[in-house]
Amino acid sequence: MIIKKSLEKWVLLSPALVVLGLVTLVPFVQTLWLSFTDTRITAITKPISWIGLENYIYALTDPDFIEALGRTMYFTLTSVGAEGILGVGVALLLNQKFPGRNILRVLIILPWAVPTIVNAVMWRLIYHPEYGALNSMLWQMGIITEYQSWLGDPDRALNMIIFADVWKNFPLVAYIALAALQTVPADLLQASRIEGAGPWRRFRTITLPWIFGPLLVVLILRTIEAFRVFDIVYVMTRGGPSDSTKTASFFVYQEYFSYLRSGSGASYAVLLAAISAVLITIYYIGARRQVQG
Amino acid sequence: MKNTTLQTFGLIALSVLLAAFTLAPLVWLVIMSVSSASELTAKPLIWWPSEIDLSRYGDLLNIQSGSGERFLMALRNSLMTALTATLLALIVAVPAAFAFSRRGASLLLLFGFLATIMMPPITYVLPLYDIFGSVGLLNSSTALAIVYCAMLLPFATWLMKSNFDAIPAELDQASMVEGASTFYTLRRVVLPLALPAIAATFMLSFLAAWDEFFYALIFTSDLTAKTLPVAIADFTAGRVTDYGVIAAVGVLASLPPAIVAMCFQRFIVSGLAAGSVKG
Amino acid sequence: MIKNKKLLLPVSALALALMTSAAAADTKLNALFMSQAAYSEEDVKAMVTTFEENNSGITVELEFVPYEALHDKIITSAAAGDSGYDVVLYDVVWPAEFAEGGFLTDLTSRVPKNVGNKIFDGAWTTVTYNDRIYGMPWILDTKYLFFNRELLAQAGIETPPTTWAEVMEQSRILKDKGVVEYPLVWSWSQSEAMICDYTTLVAANGGHFFKDGKPAFDQGGARAAIDYMVTSLNDGLTNPASTEYFEEDVRRVFSNGEAAFAMNWTYMNALVNDPTESKVAGKVGVMPAPGVEGISTASAVNGSMGLGIPSNSPHQDEAWALISYLTSKNVQENYAKLSLPVWKDSYSVASVTNGQEELVAAASKAIAVMSPRPVVPAYTEVSNILQKHLHSILLGQESTDDALADAAKRVSRIR
Repeated sequence: MIIKKSLEKWVLLSPALVVLGLVTLVPFVQTLWLSFTDTRITAITKPISWIGLENYIYALTDPDFIEALGRTMYFTLTSVGAEGILGVGVALLLNQKFPGRNILRVLIILPWAVPTIVNAVMWRLIYHPEYGALNSMLWQMGIITEYQSWLGDPDRALNMIIFADVWKNFPLVAYIALAALQTVPADLLQASRIEGAGPWRRFRTITLPWIFGPLLVVLILRTIEAFRVFDIVYVMTRGGPSDSTKTASFFVYQEYFSYLRSGSGASYAVLLAAISAVLITIYYIGARRQVQG
Repeated sequence: MKNTTLQTFGLIALSVLLAAFTLAPLVWLVIMSVSSASELTAKPLIWWPSEIDLSRYGDLLNIQSGSGERFLMALRNSLMTALTATLLALIVAVPAAFAFSRRGASLLLLFGFLATIMMPPITYVLPLYDIFGSVGLLNSSTALAIVYCAMLLPFATWLMKSNFDAIPAELDQASMVEGASTFYTLRRVVLPLALPAIAATFMLSFLAAWDEFFYALIFTSDLTAKTLPVAIADFTAGRVTDYGVIAAVGVLASLPPAIVAMCFQRFIVSGLAAGSVKG
Repeated sequence: MIKNKKLLLPVSALALALMTSAAAADTKLNALFMSQAAYSEEDVKAMVTTFEENNSGITVELEFVPYEALHDKIITSAAAGDSGYDVVLYDVVWPAEFAEGGFLTDLTSRVPKNVGNKIFDGAWTTVTYNDRIYGMPWILDTKYLFFNRELLAQAGIETPPTTWAEVMEQSRILKDKGVVEYPLVWSWSQSEAMICDYTTLVAANGGHFFKDGKPAFDQGGARAAIDYMVTSLNDGLTNPASTEYFEEDVRRVFSNGEAAFAMNWTYMNALVNDPTESKVAGKVGVMPAPGVEGISTASAVNGSMGLGIPSNSPHQDEAWALISYLTSKNVQENYAKLSLPVWKDSYSVASVTNGQEELVAAASKAIAVMSPRPVVPAYTEVSNILQKHLHSILLGQESTDDALADAAKRVSRIR
């Protein structure tokens, strides 16, 4: 019976194992192997040689890659941070009782439903230096006296992309936070109120710890997504101006399909994967400590 | 406790702000799609069109016109790919989730599943591209559906597992004791109870597949398999002088996911919440 | 019975026709074009429709992508075997890379021997690498200087500029007199379009990208070219939004009458003179990009493109038939409004010159001086490095010296 059960477990798991094995594990191992070779993308067969750590040494001494990594980190932390704060704020608002609350709860799912590419295209139009709604609006309101270049200014472009990303993704955080908020026991809050805690202290000592778990899950999810950011950049700026929005995934894509160096590209990809793993682990451990401590 | 009038007023003011922040870009996208080309290149902008121009929608929905063909084919490909991938993912994820929830499959393995989606797609893309190339599946919806299935699978398994966990184990144990097979128990006892979770998983997966761009960009090259996100990226970077067309494409491409999200919001939110609270 | 017999003939004929067409319709060609500059999508579709009518049994599926995506699409479809492309449009800067990587079929033996002299040398460069020919030139293009006669007249300028220095002087007059806020507009986004404008200026100043295989863009004429760009921006003569513009943006700004001078490809000539597309129709002059006193009298970048057959195409014969048709003299002369033919004789044919005498005259001068961008297999990377650093100079992120030194260092690191 026990043997049968354990066998059955593997039967149930096998389709998933096959799919994930073939589509993720095998390619991952191949990428790992590629990263130690000088393979190039060609349409003819060319000899491949094993070059050890050469690709990695090149990658880690490539200032452009280091810059792209820094940019990606910045993008990830800023946009996930903003989504977290905005999301929780919106959830707190939607958890209050006021007229129109239910309509608002339904409406704010809309940005999240807009496909990423459409979101990118939409904001690109809004940010257009001459015919964009943002310039026109700010100018008519008297906030700016001259039309601005939003995506053409290297000091600004990445932040403008982050804004677009936050607009699309805060609803997800808000929904999770709201669902968690609804489970906060009222008597706990009441007890704290009786002890004389103000709203901020109640939020910090009771509400936030209570919703922290679910919030962490969704923020990790967003971190994973933000760290691989490609599509929104591809559409909005293609890495410009002056490479100021070229993120790590974009960088690897270019190494593969524009420069055709698959071996070297693979080493960048492996480094990205490693950083991604480290990032998530730190996040997880840090968060656990905060919950417990 | 009741809110004071002042508090209520403050809440309403905040919610109006929130609604404006959320809706303004979308409303403007719709307005652009029905404004004339000259109004869209006025300085400063003309915020309300003098005449509603629906011709772009007519073009996009007409298979005979050039842009219509591109749009409708991409729409078809997107629907096909996303639906196939979602169905496949569910068929594979449900038994796996059951194994994790009821048959004591190691949670470490579940983390292994989840780890596969934590890796950036760029780590898989090149070998996959070679494999699909060697079996002649590049530029086909099949290849995309397979990749998307793997992409959706870990999350779907996780969601389903946490929802199975919420179903009392006595129910299926009782069924097993009566001599029913695991398959029967899963189909007749557990799945009916997990229907809302399945619906939520289905919709979340569908939305994720609908949204995917990176693999589609690399694995497809023409109308036979190109999905909407790639088609839109092409639409907007070429020789387009009329921003209204781009806006109209954006509106049409957002409609299916927006409708799904609005109509089934409760499912989606509860499914997600269950996943994140339990997971 | 008789009735039936009468029916039999047409029915069987129809059946036969259906069978043969089904058998011959086996060949479907996938062709990749771009949706930017040169021939419009409508033109390409019209050409292909005629081709299909003349070649029953071949159908052509057209795919249009932005220029920015063209290179990567050709690469990523290379492994797609039968479902890849059969005909691709490619840029003059890629044959070295595509030939080295085996992406394109060597078509040297298919190209008729007698056409060699009839097509411009600059066009041949587009499809040739190491003396092998990888297709047929199709778009013979360079960037011209367009000017708005009305705005020049308003500023009291009687003759259009003959040197780049004069372009600057006249722009200053136009600006000072308040005729137009930003007299010049270019496509200086971080893209190949910027490199094309830059190459034109480098050529005018007698500069080089490389000398003896070493980067030379930090000295001489190349240095003068970037200085020129920077000055025009700093003095407010160039529209500052140029640094995020592509060709289509340039066309729109110029068509709105918001610029007196614009650099753009051939296709803009027809479109800025089309009243439905432009507010300045009929007021536009076109000339070759000018030169620099004592160095050159005109300048031009070779922006030509060719049609080739990817090596994975299973329909090489049919693909060649399509290429031969599209690049034939007749077809090119019939569609000469957005892109001028590659054939030398065409430039005296009425259907080509009619209504665009000024453009054809400019072309005759420009084609003679067309400068290449560097012919190296790693061109895409060289260009990307230059794009980044030139852009950071234009945006004031880095000093010219630092940026060019960085670019040279980066180029020497290419593997």
